[in-house]
Amino acid sequence: MMVARNLIAVSALALALASCGQSRPGIDQEGADPNLPAQRETLLPPMKIATPVGWEGETPKAPDGFTVTALATGLKVPRQMLVLPNGDILVAEGSGQSAPALRPKDVIAGLIKARGKTDVKGGNRLTLLRDRDGDGKAEVRTVFADGLNSPYGLAFVDGQIYVADQDALLRFAYRDGDTKATGPGVEVTKLPSRINHHWTKSLAASADGTKLYVGIGSNSNIGERGLAVEGDRAQIWEIDRVTGAHRPYATGTRNPTAMAIQPETKQLWTVANERDELGPQLVPDYLTSIRDGGFYGWPYSYWGPNADPRVHPQKPEMVKKAIRPDYALGSHVAALGLSFVSGEGLGPWKHGAFVGQHGSWNRQDLSGYKVVWVPFANGRPAGKPQDVLTGFLKDGHARGRPVGVAYDPVGRRLLVADDLSNTVWRVAPRR
Amino acid sequence: MTATPPGTQPLLHPLHGLLLAFPIALFPSALFADITYLNTAEVQWTNFAAWLNAGALLVGGFAVLWSVVDAIRLSRTAVAKRGLLLFVLLAVMWIVGLINAFQHSRDGWSSVETTGLILSIVSAVLALGAGWIAFSRRRSA
Repeated sequence: MMVARNLIAVSALALALASCGQSRPGIDQEGADPNLPAQRETLLPPMKIATPVGWEGETPKAPDGFTVTALATGLKVPRQMLVLPNGDILVAEGSGQSAPALRPKDVIAGLIKARGKTDVKGGNRLTLLRDRDGDGKAEVRTVFADGLNSPYGLAFVDGQIYVADQDALLRFAYRDGDTKATGPGVEVTKLPSRINHHWTKSLAASADGTKLYVGIGSNSNIGERGLAVEGDRAQIWEIDRVTGAHRPYATGTRNPTAMAIQPETKQLWTVANERDELGPQLVPDYLTSIRDGGFYGWPYSYWGPNADPRVHPQKPEMVKKAIRPDYALGSHVAALGLSFVSGEGLGPWKHGAFVGQHGSWNRQDLSGYKVVWVPFANGRPAGKPQDVLTGFLKDGHARGRPVGVAYDPVGRRLLVADDLSNTVWRVAPRR
Repeated sequence: MTATPPGTQPLLHPLHGLLLAFPIALFPSALFADITYLNTAEVQWTNFAAWLNAGALLVGGFAVLWSVVDAIRLSRTAVAKRGLLLFVLLAVMWIVGLINAFQHSRDGWSSVETTGLILSIVSAVLALGAGWIAFSRRRSA
């Protein structure tokens, strides 16, 4: 009797927990003024993993008038890409170290999250791809550099290729047409790498090429590893390209995963991933311009003044300073790619940015898993995001997960790195 | 039956006693870790509490299962009520501990706060109460 009653109680509890991860319809979380529901800290953080399935010869889906081809397959966890002046493409391949598990939760969550990732080990290398005949398949493919330490961010300035490993910023000399680095990488500066909970180091060069910006993610979701390990985290560094000297350019950006310069205003923009476990519709990941010296809230608050109760002690004076980001992309979409369109653009995509969304793992209704277009006017976002590349999900399984996106003004194409199927996709106008 | 006089025979098999020792020691330890966290905001203490609570659940789970068997086995004896009471205390202790494990899986201050502290107190008190009953000498009802 007693056993039966307990069983019923446990089942009821499980049901109540399972229903916690549902998001409410009609909540608009895209654009400048997202609807932010009340915080819902559930007993069991809802996790929903889209387990991998193959493409089976299919490709992601682009709008009419565009074709999608696999520029290269069989890569080793491709993340960010760089289009070189001659149209060659560099792909950074790596998968980071895993931060040590501190609690039973970390062990369990790690096992669950691993089900949504590729089995392939990160390549720790840069692969060069060349598609001169424009058939959408790279006829030249070489390892440009290897022996790297989880490379992620890439930038090109004045004959130098800059690579942000998870622990250091490196540079490689490059001459037009090179398919292999002529020497080892030279360290420009070390980057914060203790624990490296968010290990990816994003990278962009200023418009005049004198400065490099490195995005450094927080060392926790919301300070649960202690604020002592967050001193140099959740920041964007400005690094002098010649001397390697750095200073914090902006702080409170929880995980700035991809950065780019807006071509008209020359201002630095970033996509950033916001905190988890406040509910399926909190907190929206965002796209924002970055102000010199700006504080963007983490860990004390989100979307401007919304204090996070999990940080102790609370800091109302910091909450007051927190800048509201420019543009919400949706909660848990995991924006990992950003590329502005310059020049004449690509079909209907003339002024704005492509954003790659890796996809959610901690809400019941999956979000992200696509590439979107954010239209701009006068250097600011203008209008809702539009789908560019979809079809990454099929029947609740993931066929791919977009990471870096790169608009190629030379080849007039969009490139999308997919770190689940280990493919670089090319989207180009149908000929 | 053994030759031990009925008034001095323990309720438990020695192995059951060893299993039970874990929640009795670990739930109160988790409570003290929680109190320290709330006093210091030093995250390692909530990490300690989470592991202590998990250890109490893991080993204590076997003690709960054993107590089910005992409750059934003893149901027609003079100590039926105590066998049942021990099972009920352990079962509630375990369920409260499980809820507390989820509570402690939240991040930062939310891993404890008032709810976590109350859950830790309840599971510690129930563990101590269950131990008191389990290790008392058997007396006829």
